[in-house]
Amino acid sequence: MTARSSALVRDDVAAGRVTAASTVDAAIARAKEVHAGRDGLNVFAWTDDADARAQAAAITTRLADTTPGQLLGVPVAVKDNIATLTMPTTCGSRILDGYVSPYQATVVKRLRDAGAVIFGKTNMDEFAMGSSTEHSAYGPTRNPVAPDRVPGGSSGGSAAAVASGIVSIALGSETGGSVRQPASFCGIVGVKPTYGRVSRFGLVAFASSLDQVGVFGATVADAARGLGVIAGHDPMDSTSAAIPVPDYLDSANADVKGLVIGLPKEYFPTSLDPAIRARCDAAVERLRSLGATIRDVSLPHTDLAIPVYYIVAPAEASSNLARFDGVRYGLRVEGDGLRGMYEATRSGGFGPEVTRRILLGTYVLSAGYYDAYYRKAQQVRTLIADDFRRVFESGVHVLFTPTAPTTAFPIGAISDPYEMYLSDIFTATANLAGVPAMSVPIGRVGGLPVGGQFLASHFDETRMFTAAFALERAMGAEAHA
Amino acid sequence: MNDVRHIATLARLGLTDVRAAAIVDELNIILGHMDELSKVDTAGVQEAIGVGAQGLPVRTDSGPPFPLERSMDSFAPSLRDGFLLVPRLSTHESSEEA
Amino acid sequence: MSSSAITPLLERWEMVVGLEVHVQLKTRTKAFCGCSAEYGASPNANTCPVCLALPGALPVLNEHAVGLAARAALALNCDVQPVSIFARKNYFYPDLPKGYQISQFDKPLALGGWIEIGARAEGSPIRIGITRVHMEEDAGKSVHDRFPSVSAIDLNRSGVPLIEIVSEPDMRSAEQAGAYLRVLKQILEYVDVSDVSMEEGSLRVDANVSARRRGETKLGTKTEVKNMNSFSGVERALEVEFARQVGVLAAGGTVEQQTMLWDGNAGQVRPSRTKEGSHDYRYFPEPDLPPLVLATDWIAKVRHDLPELPAARRSRFADEYKIGEYDVEVLTSNPRIADYYESVARSHGDPKAAANWVMGEVLATLKTSGDDIARFRVRPADLASLLNLVKDGVVSHTAAKQIFARMLATGDPPAQIAERDGLVKVDDDGQLAAWLDEVIAENPAEAERYRNGEKKLQGVLIGAVMKKSKGRADPKKLNQLLTSRLTS
Repeated sequence: MTARSSALVRDDVAAGRVTAASTVDAAIARAKEVHAGRDGLNVFAWTDDADARAQAAAITTRLADTTPGQLLGVPVAVKDNIATLTMPTTCGSRILDGYVSPYQATVVKRLRDAGAVIFGKTNMDEFAMGSSTEHSAYGPTRNPVAPDRVPGGSSGGSAAAVASGIVSIALGSETGGSVRQPASFCGIVGVKPTYGRVSRFGLVAFASSLDQVGVFGATVADAARGLGVIAGHDPMDSTSAAIPVPDYLDSANADVKGLVIGLPKEYFPTSLDPAIRARCDAAVERLRSLGATIRDVSLPHTDLAIPVYYIVAPAEASSNLARFDGVRYGLRVEGDGLRGMYEATRSGGFGPEVTRRILLGTYVLSAGYYDAYYRKAQQVRTLIADDFRRVFESGVHVLFTPTAPTTAFPIGAISDPYEMYLSDIFTATANLAGVPAMSVPIGRVGGLPVGGQFLASHFDETRMFTAAFALERAMGAEAHA
Repeated sequence: MNDVRHIATLARLGLTDVRAAAIVDELNIILGHMDELSKVDTAGVQEAIGVGAQGLPVRTDSGPPFPLERSMDSFAPSLRDGFLLVPRLSTHESSEEA
Repeated sequence: MSSSAITPLLERWEMVVGLEVHVQLKTRTKAFCGCSAEYGASPNANTCPVCLALPGALPVLNEHAVGLAARAALALNCDVQPVSIFARKNYFYPDLPKGYQISQFDKPLALGGWIEIGARAEGSPIRIGITRVHMEEDAGKSVHDRFPSVSAIDLNRSGVPLIEIVSEPDMRSAEQAGAYLRVLKQILEYVDVSDVSMEEGSLRVDANVSARRRGETKLGTKTEVKNMNSFSGVERALEVEFARQVGVLAAGGTVEQQTMLWDGNAGQVRPSRTKEGSHDYRYFPEPDLPPLVLATDWIAKVRHDLPELPAARRSRFADEYKIGEYDVEVLTSNPRIADYYESVARSHGDPKAAANWVMGEVLATLKTSGDDIARFRVRPADLASLLNLVKDGVVSHTAAKQIFARMLATGDPPAQIAERDGLVKVDDDGQLAAWLDEVIAENPAEAERYRNGEKKLQGVLIGAVMKKSKGRADPKKLNQLLTSRLTS
């Protein structure tokens, strides 16, 4: 069961048919019903029902004199690494335990300006480092579809909030697939926009050249509506693009006839789970029957994405996470002098995966290793980006691939870090190249959701949405069967 | 092992001996996979810097500063007379000595 | 070993110096956020999410900082690069909030400049190469003596824009290093990019120094000397460190590459406790800031808008105002003095008299008060009117000095003071004769000796009349009068 669509809620609240307060109450009730709490699905790192109700009350009182926003009265869950003024912003880490940001992220401000109610900070892998939402200071989040399994990660809490029907829209963040992979595991829609499409101001940095705020939706329309609200240039982010944002909801009515959809062979290796391949084939056949042109293509450097990603991302992370030093905010653990305070604070505050990646990143940047690892990785990254450029310049509009090589795995099943890293094998390329990508449900295998991924060229989210809307419409209930 | 101790020092992460030994193995396995990259010919290939950016935007030299909705004492671990306090440095001559 | 004992030894060795100079740029706001860059606010008052490095905050570059940096680089004859890249310099320190400093590394703003710091004996200019000029942000301040057992951090300076100017190892003596710093400071003052005050910390110097036997062309192992707080401190520190290195080398030892700290009170250098190997800054391109792309037209405009630089101004002053070499040096020492002088000289019309007054009364007054000429109470137009009063014979030179003192005190125009205070020159024979008679009566012995041919007493007698007249007596007439009165 999913939450009422954001379009209906917004129109009802705008027309005065329902109050924002009642939509918030419905979300609170639904959270209770699905056992969203710590000992249940563990969806949220932080909630504040009183604050959510207060926000809703404020929306009702301003109804009369303003044009209704695109998300009027719509509860939206926000990942715990996006700065909000109410509720803590802790990135699922002990090192930020209890930290409440004294400023809010641009995306949060835009949600509020559009009339949304910020409903809870969702659980996540610590500092977004993980693919399962098992590595949080607040314990693992469970997959609403199969509670003994992971929801994917790192934005697993946001995915679970949508998949369990508490909210129709949630914000996540992407560095290597942290929205698309959990969307795939939970059977919902997850969008990673073009790098630069959405402001990162207020998104706690993991790997700055890869990070992008992403949107989960119960449906393609919910995701498109959410992205439309948060997208657009922000002078507070020097990597934010001053490129106009089209109305992504318009794509719902666009035709896929004439759309050229490429199938990159590297994403369909012989080792791919045949059941997942079968779901992909079925989806492709739908698209073909709708009039899309299907073309086999190649992105030859795809298999290098994981090594490149796991050099570039930890390197940037090792630097981005240096600010957590116990001096200005967050956890401080006293030790022997300043040095002891630093080490006790950071060792006590960061979990094992974060520690591992900081060390890995420090190593690849250190004297004598920079050229072999970091510089080399950034050069190969160029080759990966060139693969995409070439294929889109050849007339392909959108690519279609599986989102992840597996369905949701059982909690605790993967203990080898590198095996976990391979969860990102089909998603990390989009972050490395900066192109937009999204995951949509394309059916189930063994009762577990499978996601199909669309990718497009820089700032061409519109075509990606066109394909996604069409596929969703054509598949109907089959997308969740 | 010395490498791990060195980078742990650079990163200001305290590691127990047991944890440090485990990290050596973990990093070796991960870095082993990274060696795949050394086989790629990247002669003349530019590094990916500023992906998708159209140059660096700049701001005018004027305020106001981005406001803090809550003052520093709402989040600072140790504050006195407006100063942030840290343990006294044993040597405090140069900024690289901490 | 005393320094005099090793002097002959030092002569067989050559000092090689390169300097790294950090200069705070004169912007209203910080390099990457809208906080005030002004000095002197209460601790941490000028901070925001960006310069506090709160989670999620991002830098946005101040365009004026880029303009000032480019202006400085062009004045130092550097090539401003069409593309430069910001990089992160990673290290932990409590006054470095992000755990990295945004700087520039392998693609700096500008490369390949030079300045001239004087001439060799045979006349060829001494040119010092400038390797690079790059932009970076300042750290905050750590105060160690404010509270017991803790250090206090003030982040008001965190994020203030700096440029670092790195010279080639082209200097061969402490004196040359001092000359380089003075010329550099002068140029930066001319292009008005910084307050360039070493005392206030807006200019900071680190020196790389090594020693080699004279005639050797390879560079020796260098040490980095830090913690100097004046140009003369830099010179002294270099002498001391050079002598130390020569002592080590002459005894067959090797110089260890390390950081040395200058202790100005003790006149000593001592090794910093940092191990060189522990410096591993892990520079990498700053992913939050795309490459800085500067259009050729923009660079050309910055170059075009550069003011006249010190060397050009010196030669123009010599040509245009026909004043001596020493006067030129003094009057062009900083651009505000030069502007002041030039304004007086132009409105008055006699550059020599203007030079004498500016170098005399004006600079002496400023030296005593410590004020800057830009805020000097006597404006150039008023000084020029005063000089006109002297030239036109309305007031005497002595009276002019009194008028100048009153202009300083009141800010009133000179003609008004002369009139009001009765300082207009008196050439009325009756009044002059009356004063002279009084002086003769009060100094009968001197008058008698003068009458008997002791002509040098003329000065004493005239001086007494001038005093009596409060400087108003017309000296020419008075002389004639004295001669006719006491020699006939």
